Amino acid sequence: MKSEPLSLNYRPVEQPFFTKTGWTVVAVLALVALVIVPILYVAVPQEHPLHLSAYTVTLVGKILCYCIVACAMNLIWGYTGILSLGHGLFFALGGYAFGMYLMRQIGRDGQYQSDLPDFMVFLDWKEYPWHWAGTDSFLWALMLVVLVPGLLAFVFGFFAFRSRIKGVYFSIITQALTFAFMLLFFRNETGFGGNNGFTDFKRILGFDVTSPGMRATLFALSAAALLGAVVMTRYLERSKTGRVLRAIRDSESRLMFSGYNPLWYKLFIWTLSAVMCGIAGALYVPQVGIINPSEMSPANSIEIAVWVAVGGRGTLIGPLLGASTVNGAKSFFTQSFPEYWLFFLGLLFILVTLFMPKGIVGLVNRIMKRDQ
Amino acid sequence: MRLIHCVLGFVLLLCAALPASALDAETIAPLGSNDLMTRIEAIDAIARAGDEQALTLLQALQDGEVYVTGDGQVVIYRDEALDPITLAPLDPQPDDVDSVILNNRMRGKLSTAIGALRLLSPDAAVRRASARAIEGSEDVSLLPILDKALERETEADIRRSLSHTRAILELKSEDPARRLAAVEVLADSSQRRVHELVSRLLLKLPSGEFAEPDAEVRAAATDAVKSIERRLLLLDYFARFFSGLSLGSILLLVALGLAITYGLLGVINLAHGEMLMIGAYATYVTQEVFKTHFPGAFDWYVLAAIPVAFVTAALVGMALERTVIRWLYGRPLETLLATWGISLFLIQLTRQIFGAQNVEVANPSWMSGGVEVLNVVLPYNRIAIIAFSFFVLLLMWLMLARTRLGLFIRSVTQNRTMASCVGVPTSRVDLMAFGLGSGIAGLAGVALSQIGNVGPDLGQAYIIDSFMVVVLGGVGQLAGTVYAALGLGVLSKFIEPHIGAVLTKILILVIIIAVIQKRPQGLFALKGRAVEA
Repeated sequence: MKSEPLSLNYRPVEQPFFTKTGWTVVAVLALVALVIVPILYVAVPQEHPLHLSAYTVTLVGKILCYCIVACAMNLIWGYTGILSLGHGLFFALGGYAFGMYLMRQIGRDGQYQSDLPDFMVFLDWKEYPWHWAGTDSFLWALMLVVLVPGLLAFVFGFFAFRSRIKGVYFSIITQALTFAFMLLFFRNETGFGGNNGFTDFKRILGFDVTSPGMRATLFALSAAALLGAVVMTRYLERSKTGRVLRAIRDSESRLMFSGYNPLWYKLFIWTLSAVMCGIAGALYVPQVGIINPSEMSPANSIEIAVWVAVGGRGTLIGPLLGASTVNGAKSFFTQSFPEYWLFFLGLLFILVTLFMPKGIVGLVNRIMKRDQ
Repeated sequence: MRLIHCVLGFVLLLCAALPASALDAETIAPLGSNDLMTRIEAIDAIARAGDEQALTLLQALQDGEVYVTGDGQVVIYRDEALDPITLAPLDPQPDDVDSVILNNRMRGKLSTAIGALRLLSPDAAVRRASARAIEGSEDVSLLPILDKALERETEADIRRSLSHTRAILELKSEDPARRLAAVEVLADSSQRRVHELVSRLLLKLPSGEFAEPDAEVRAAATDAVKSIERRLLLLDYFARFFSGLSLGSILLLVALGLAITYGLLGVINLAHGEMLMIGAYATYVTQEVFKTHFPGAFDWYVLAAIPVAFVTAALVGMALERTVIRWLYGRPLETLLATWGISLFLIQLTRQIFGAQNVEVANPSWMSGGVEVLNVVLPYNRIAIIAFSFFVLLLMWLMLARTRLGLFIRSVTQNRTMASCVGVPTSRVDLMAFGLGSGIAGLAGVALSQIGNVGPDLGQAYIIDSFMVVVLGGVGQLAGTVYAALGLGVLSKFIEPHIGAVLTKILILVIIIAVIQKRPQGLFALKGRAVEA
């Protein structure tokens, strides 16, 4: 680690928020995602070569949600150096929180034509359990999406960071956390549909979930959330908080000896990251149409880490590149060579950590430097 | 009414039987009669003889081996006609024989008579088995036999069993005094059924009266229920302790290797679970080899599997250390990801080689079954695993404390730089230690193959729990791993019955987080002065 010369008047070099090209790219992407894609999907007739199929829109929308998660992971791992192996949990909790609202919106259109969701009828429950209270309100559902992952992350993070659990210890404990929650949600008694989770959604705010308009809206919302996440990451990157976070990554003890208490910084970024995952989950569930406890499996969470590693940790667009390439590859492999997907993923984990410690972004940077 | 008949019949039978008379031909002869009542009386008479021959004859009768010759002689027919008393082949053999016809009434009579005779058998093992068989019976007709058997019985445990059976029957007696005596006898029982029977006395009937009209008996019953409950609770604790110990010993086996590699290298090997899987599959392969090449020694394949699994897993582990992990030293989080990749790779490889289905690993015969201690069945395979894990622990301790490699491992764990300075070949120590840790995981795989399914996902089930052991116990000292593994095992088995397995896992996680608030490096961390230990 190269250290800067020490000076009392040291001020970091101000970087522009985005360069001119940067702003142009952001604007173009925003235009494409928020206007062009919805138009191509909804307004262009199906026979037209430019028409986007529902499959494509859903797939890309799904990957956009993964990109948000990758951004969140990047904040905590790439910038702060804390590897969480439990981010899938926050993603799933956000999904479940919004899923409760979606289940309520089914109304009496379920198989049993009851006011209760089918799985509750099946379990012979007569009324909603306490934690479902108020979930028929859209606003409360949105608040839950933020509050549940946020609160859990805050409480867990407070105790973990306070006792200065770090490094692999922290990773392992987050993994245990998501594993424990997966087991909990697998149980029918927990009141979240057990094994099958939530599915068969019908409406959001009275509009059909599968209608092109709703799909386009969800897609645009995911894209907007992702853009927001990127802009926020950039903002944090430039702020003093961001610099403290990087200092935690690079030398936590040195930061402490300089009079900072890393606890609150860590807790802030950890909770923020969890909330972002929750929002991504809430956008993901109506597009994919299902949420079940396997989203909380440790394997899923660890995959999130590999997206970020593949793209490049601690870079702005690395996580997006990583999440898209890995998920693109996953779609390709699981369709064409399902039995080789795990080999590919395993090798990806090994090769990226061995030979591409800075991910795709680092690789590109190196090649560009060589050319100069 | 039939019941009373039965009882009366038996009382008569036993009064007559007290001076046991040896079985003679005269007693047997009526068995060949055409008259049903005569035959039934004959059974009574034979039972009254109460000796070994009588039992054999009645059993033969039950098995349909008793026949009557044309001239009315009763014989036992097994390939040839035998004398019913001496069991010597008859000479000359009778020309034509007719089977003795049994009806249901006779069959009932027969089985009770046989049970009773067994209780009086001179062989203690037969008596014990018979006492066991009728334990908890509600058949009042057993009472007289029980009395007689109790009178003769000398073995304390059989006496106890018989008197309990008797007391359970006496609970139905009309006489309050006898019921009271019965309740007092039952107070020292430790059986759930008895608990249920006695507490039934205290229930209120729909009519508002107590099931037991006598207040004194009720008071005794209350005391008895309490004392049985206390004993049941103790037994329950014993059973839970055993299953906790069993779980803990498995966690110990899994975590031992993990603790070594983590303590030494500071990396957590997420492919550790797959080393278990390799060990289990090595056991499977050994079993198949034994099946085809040495079927005679099949029972001992597990012993052969132990070195095979150790070496296989150790070699795989060493290969991984050389090719992947050593390049990532100093980057523990990346190691975590790379080893996860290895784990995915190995799982898929196993699926390709052995198929995605579970393979069948059989327990050798000496490991199946179990021993009953205080009404709790302790399976042999669990006992073997507990013993095995302590054996491995002992070896490990000897290795760490007594050998040169152990010394090196300890020194590198404590201070790598200093160890390297004084000439410890740290790179080779890393390799050996990684091989050792993986090898021990292979041994754990052998153990797991004996109690659960062997499939490609085997490693995933135990791995998170054993990580928790390492986190809780700290690294660098065996004691930490041992206490944490056994502690977590026993603790979770004690909590499980109250809140279920899933909530137990969550509670354990909470407990671990609470403990590391006070001791961030685990319960048994090495003391040091570094700010980042």
